Amino acid sequence: MALITTTLGDMEADLLEKKEGFVDNDHEFTTWTEYWLEGELVHRSVHVQLKKSVELAVDAASFN
Amino acid sequence: MANTQSMVTGFMGKLMTGTHNFGTGVVRAGTGADTFNGALLLASATFNASSSDYTGTVGATTMSGEVSGTGYTAGGVAITNATAPIATNSSATAGVAYWTPSASITYTGVTLATAFDAVMIFNVTQGTGGAYPAVSVHTFGSQTITAGTFTLTMPVNATTTGLIRLATT
Repeated sequence: MALITTTLGDMEADLLEKKEGFVDNDHEFTTWTEYWLEGELVHRSVHVQLKKSVELAVDAASFN
Repeated sequence: MANTQSMVTGFMGKLMTGTHNFGTGVVRAGTGADTFNGALLLASATFNASSSDYTGTVGATTMSGEVSGTGYTAGGVAITNATAPIATNSSATAGVAYWTPSASITYTGVTLATAFDAVMIFNVTQGTGGAYPAVSVHTFGSQTITAGTFTLTMPVNATTTGLIRLATT
């Protein structure tokens, strides 16, 4: 039986309501997993996959 | 034949490894890579290109605008750096140097109730409490974590997608 770490301690997954979702755009692919107990959020984990870099442009100046 | 004005691609790579210094630098204890951390930033904060330092004290005091919560340590977590920067020429006038952490940045067993939407990468080795040189700020959709894990997976370490890129214009 899978145990989930929650705000109330480790709990069996079967006792909890599981919700999942994702965001996919040019910037990131993100998934999230939540576990709820009687309307209370007791666990939320997130995985963000970054897609873009930050860039520094460099240039050698001309004399003319 | 004629010469071609250009930035030397190797120069960009050596900037990333501390070879060149046009001003007042730092005395390095050795030739090894510095240690970098990733600190999570509140969505309400305004960090940007002008944010020159991580201003907290690693392991002790969070900086203003940084997350706090159960399981989170001031300054975040150390970044895995097993792959050295790469510099690649693409033409007589163009090249790119890039670096990407070699593993995901993971915050395990945390509760971060106040929304955050960015990570700041900063240099622990070359800093001191209150002033660690910042490298970059990377944003993503606003998140909270409840008794869970936040994992930030890196883009592919390649010329067009490496997390940090220096590129000729």
